[in-house]
Amino acid sequence: MTGPRDATNQNQLMTQMESPPRPQSAAGPVVGKPIDRVDGQAKTSGQARFAAEYPYPGLAYAALVHSTVARGRVTGFDVAEAAAVPGVLTILTHENAPSMKPPPRATLTNGGMIVTGTTVNYLNTDEVHWNGQPVAVVVAETLEAAREAAGLVRVAYRESQATVDFATEEEHAVPLKGNPLQRGTARKGDAEAAFRVAPVSVDLRFTTPPLNHNAIEPHATTAVWDGDRLTVHEGTQGIAWLRAHLAARFGVPEASVRVISPFVGGAFGGKGPVWAGTLLTVLAARATGRPVRMMLTREGVYRTVGGRSPSIQRVALGAAADGRLTALIHTGVTGTGRVGGLPEAVTSPSGHLYAAPNILLRHSLVELDLLPNTFMRAPGEAPGTFALEAAMDELADKLGMDPITLRMRNEPETNPIDGKRFSHRLLREAYAYGAQRFGWADRTPEPGSMRDGRWLVGMGVATAHHGTMRFTANVTVRLSADGSVLVRCGLQEMGMGAATAQAQIAADALGVPFEAVRVEYGDSTLPTGPGAGASAQTVSVAASLLAACDKLRRKVRALGEGGSLAEILARAGRDHVEAAVGSQTRLGTLAGQAKFIAKFLRDHRRWVKAGCGAQFCEVRVDPDTGEIRVSRWLGVFDVGKVINAKTAASQLRGGIVMGIGMALSEETLVDPRTGRIMNPSLAEYHVPVHADIPPIDIHYLDEPDPTMPLGLLGLGEIGVTGVAAAIANAVHHATGKRVHDLPITLDKLL
Amino acid sequence: MRSFAYVRPPDVAAAVRAVAAEPDAKFLGGGTNLVDLMREGIERPGTVVDVTGLPLQQIEELPGGGVRIGALVRNSSLAAHRLIRTRYPMLAQAILSGASAQLRNMATVGGNLLQRTRCLYFYDGAAACNKREPGAGCAARDGFHRGGAILGASGACVATHPSDMCVALAALDAVVEAESVRGVRRIPLAGFHRLPGDTPHIETELAADELITAVELPASPVAAHSRYRKVRDRASYAFALVSVAAALEVRHGAVTGVRLALGGVAAKPWRASKAEQALLGAPATEESFRHAAEIELAPAEGLPGNAFKIELARRTIVATLRQVLTQGGAA
Repeated sequence: MTGPRDATNQNQLMTQMESPPRPQSAAGPVVGKPIDRVDGQAKTSGQARFAAEYPYPGLAYAALVHSTVARGRVTGFDVAEAAAVPGVLTILTHENAPSMKPPPRATLTNGGMIVTGTTVNYLNTDEVHWNGQPVAVVVAETLEAAREAAGLVRVAYRESQATVDFATEEEHAVPLKGNPLQRGTARKGDAEAAFRVAPVSVDLRFTTPPLNHNAIEPHATTAVWDGDRLTVHEGTQGIAWLRAHLAARFGVPEASVRVISPFVGGAFGGKGPVWAGTLLTVLAARATGRPVRMMLTREGVYRTVGGRSPSIQRVALGAAADGRLTALIHTGVTGTGRVGGLPEAVTSPSGHLYAAPNILLRHSLVELDLLPNTFMRAPGEAPGTFALEAAMDELADKLGMDPITLRMRNEPETNPIDGKRFSHRLLREAYAYGAQRFGWADRTPEPGSMRDGRWLVGMGVATAHHGTMRFTANVTVRLSADGSVLVRCGLQEMGMGAATAQAQIAADALGVPFEAVRVEYGDSTLPTGPGAGASAQTVSVAASLLAACDKLRRKVRALGEGGSLAEILARAGRDHVEAAVGSQTRLGTLAGQAKFIAKFLRDHRRWVKAGCGAQFCEVRVDPDTGEIRVSRWLGVFDVGKVINAKTAASQLRGGIVMGIGMALSEETLVDPRTGRIMNPSLAEYHVPVHADIPPIDIHYLDEPDPTMPLGLLGLGEIGVTGVAAAIANAVHHATGKRVHDLPITLDKLL
Repeated sequence: MRSFAYVRPPDVAAAVRAVAAEPDAKFLGGGTNLVDLMREGIERPGTVVDVTGLPLQQIEELPGGGVRIGALVRNSSLAAHRLIRTRYPMLAQAILSGASAQLRNMATVGGNLLQRTRCLYFYDGAAACNKREPGAGCAARDGFHRGGAILGASGACVATHPSDMCVALAALDAVVEAESVRGVRRIPLAGFHRLPGDTPHIETELAADELITAVELPASPVAAHSRYRKVRDRASYAFALVSVAAALEVRHGAVTGVRLALGGVAAKPWRASKAEQALLGAPATEESFRHAAEIELAPAEGLPGNAFKIELARRTIVATLRQVLTQGGAA
C-alpha cells in the first residue's frame, strides 16, 4: 500500500511522449504546418488524466451545500439527517471548519490574487452574498453519499434586502474610474454635439444577457495534504496563480504547494479565477486529513463559477451623407458582484475600429448581490462588437450604402481614440478577400429579397477585434547529444494545442525534426509559465522559448563548430546542454516582472496591437415560425503569424461556435425575485448543438506582426467577436427586422 | 442519490404485485427521466421495480390494420419500425424529434407517457411548486415560463407535458393498456393525462400501482398522410415551444379526414378537436387552416413570457397542414 505522498510521486510529468507522435514533418520548417496535436492520441484513447481521475488511497469525496437566499446570514444548520447517511465523514460549516485566510488585495507583485474569484472567505463567515453561495461541505466515503447528504443539510437564514435585478438597477449605475489598461470614460472632440447635427444618424439601445461557462469538464479538484505540503490536481488556466493563491489562503509557503494540471477540459476564462470548489476541497482535505476530491455538478458550476455580465449598451452614430462618421458614442452598463467581479469592457472596440473625429466612450457599473461575473472568451469585445457592429449595419442601411463599403470608408490610419500607431492592421485585406470568397456580390441589398424555397435568406458581416497581451514566462530548453530536445514550462493545455505549438517553435529554432522535441507542461514544479488567458499564452511562452533557444545555440557553438548542434555536443563529449530564461527565485521573479511591466507599458504607450477580422454569415429564417438557422460561415482573420494551421483554425472555429450560441440561444435566467439561476443545466441553458452549426470556413492572412515575437497576435478569443452582430445583421437582411436584444430567439421575429 | 431497494420481477403479475405491496415503489423503464429526477431528489422511491426484463417488447399488427406496441419498446425501435413509418409517419417523426439518439435508445414507450414536466421551478428544490409539493404555490406563473402552458393552465400550475411522442399518440386516438392486481383496463390517450386544476401533482389517470403494458393504435388511413412539426429554441435537443401533429385527407379540394394535436402548450398533449371539426368538409385552403387554428386557440391565455406561443401555435398549425397538403406525409 502506498501513501498519498507516494501516489503523488508516481504522477509523471505530462509530456507529449505519453502518446508518441506519428512522424508528420518532412524536412524543413514546421511552424505554420497543420501538425496533429501531440496530446490527441492520449485524449482519444482515454489515457489523458484529468483532475478528477487521479487515484489516491483513502480518497474521500466532497459535495457543496448552496445557499437558497441571495443575501443575509446563516442562523443555524440541521445536519442530523445528513449526518445519518452511511459513509458521511464530516459536515463542514462556518461553525466547525478550519480557518482560511481572506484573499489579500491584488497588486502588481502578487499575481496569485488577480485570480480571486470572489472575496468571500467560505465557511469562515456566516454571511451570504448570493443565491447559490456554498455554506457547507459534506465529506463522505463515496460521491453518492456526499451528494445525497448535501441535499439533506437544512440551513436557516436571516435574510436581508438584496439587489439582484440588473435590468431595474440601470439608473443606479456608477461610472467606472478605470486604469491605464481599461478606461472608464474616453473622449475625443465633442461627440454629443457632433451627433446632434449629423445629417444621418442612428441612436440605438442594445441588451445582452448574462452567460454562463459550460466547459465540457465541470470544475474538479483533488487535494492532498501531507503535513504542510499540499498537492492539488485541478483543471486551471493558471498553475502559478493557483499555487500562489492557495499558499496565501492556507498560510503555507508557495514552495509547499504543488499544482498538477496537465489537461484542462475547456476553460474559456472560467478556470482562470479560483472559485469556492477548489478552496473548499483543500479545506476539506485539511479538516479530514484525507485526500479529498470534489467534482462540481453542472448546477454547481452555475452556482459557484462566475460567467459573463449582462450589458445595456447605447451606440449612437452620426455620419455625413457619404458615410464618413462624424460622431461615435458608445456607453455601456454592466454588472459586478458586491463580493468581486470585473467591468466587462463593452465599449472597448469603439476606441479602435472607426475613424470618427468625435468619440465618447463611457462605462458604468451596477453592483449586485449575485455571484460575481468573470472572464469569458473576449471579455467586453464579444458583447461590445455586437452593439457597435449591429449599429454600423443599421447606419449603412440608413445611408443606402453597402455595410462593407461603410466600414472601409471609416477604416482608420491610426488608433481612433488616441492617435497611437497600429503595429499591424489588415482589416481591408480581410474584407476584400472575404467578400470575394463568400460571394458577397451575390447579395441583393433589399431585406427579404433573397429566398431558398420558403426560407428567407440573409447575409451579414461584422468586424472581429481583439487586443493583444503578453505575460512573462520562464522556460528551459535542453538539447541532448542524441539530437532530442526537451522544453520545460508550466504552461496550461486546455485543448488549444499549446504544447504542440511550442514543440513546432523549438524544432525550427534548433533545426531539429518536430518529433525530436518533447514538451513538459502542466505542473508547478516546472519553470513558471504564464497564465493561459487574454489569448497570450502561446506568444508569451514563444518569446521566452526563442530567447532560450538562442542562448542554447550560443552555448553549443562555444563548444565547437561544424555540423548540427547535436553533432557538436557529441564531438565535445557532452551529454546535453541546457539554457533557461527567467528566474525561479522570488527576488528574481519580482525583478523580472518589474522589467517586463515597464517594457509592456512603454510598448503600450507607443503601439496599439490587436488582431482583427471579418465575419461573414448566411442565415435562413422560416417565415412561419421565425426559426433561424445559420447556413454558411466564413471568418477571415488577421491574427499575425499562425504556428499551427490545424489547431489555429479549430480555435477560431470554436470561437465562432460560441458566438453563434451567444447570438441565438444562450441566456442565464436569473430570477429577479430571488437572484437564483433557474436554468443551471445543459438541457435548459441552450449552447448550440451540432445541428445548429454549419460548415465554418476559416481563413487567416498569416502576416506576422512586426512588433511581436514570431509575429504572433494571439487567436484564442477573437473568433467569438463580431459573430452575434453578423448574425443580427443577416437576420435583418432576411426579414427586415432588427433585434437589439440577445439572444435572437424566434419569438422576436414573429 | 439516496439508497433504494431494487427488484427485477420475472413477469407482469410479479411486477404489479411488487408495486402494490410498496406504496413508495416506482416502475423503472429506460430511466431517462426517473433516474434524473432521483438524482435531483425530486423522485425518492423506496423501491425501484425494474420492468425492462418483462416481455412487453413487441410491435404487432392488429386485425383490421391497427398496431399494438409493447410498453417496453424502445423509442428508437418504434420510430424505425416499418408499420409505424408507413401507417403513422407523424409518430415516427415525433419520436425522432425528441431527446437524442442515446436517450431514444433507452427510453420506453410506457415511460415516455409518464414523463414529468421540465418546468424550471419543478426542477429546483428551493422554489415553490404545487406539482412537487402540493400547496407550496407556483413560482413559474410570475417567473420564467417560456415553456409554460397557454391552454388548460390553472392558477396552481402552468406546466406543460414535454413528450413529443404523446402528441402524435393523441392525434392517432391511441389507447393505453394498464394492468394492476385488480386487472387490466384500457384508457384512451386523450383522457390519460390530466389538466392541473387544483391538483397539478396528479398528472395522469393511472393509479400508482398500475403498470402500462401496451399502447394500441387503431387503423387510421388518414394517418398515412401525416407530419409532425416541432418548433424549439435550437435545432435539436430542446423541448418544444410548440409542436403540431397533423394528418390530412383531401378529396376534390375538401377536407375529408383530419387529425390535429398540439404539444408544448398544455399539461397534456392537446388534441385539437375543435379545429378538426371546423376543417371537416371545409375547402383545403390556407384560409380554412387559419380559421381552424383560431377556433382552437380562442381560449388560449398567455403569460408575459409565453404569450408569443399563441401566435406561434397558430402559424405552426397552418404551416404543418399546408405542408401535409402540398408535400404529403413523411416517414
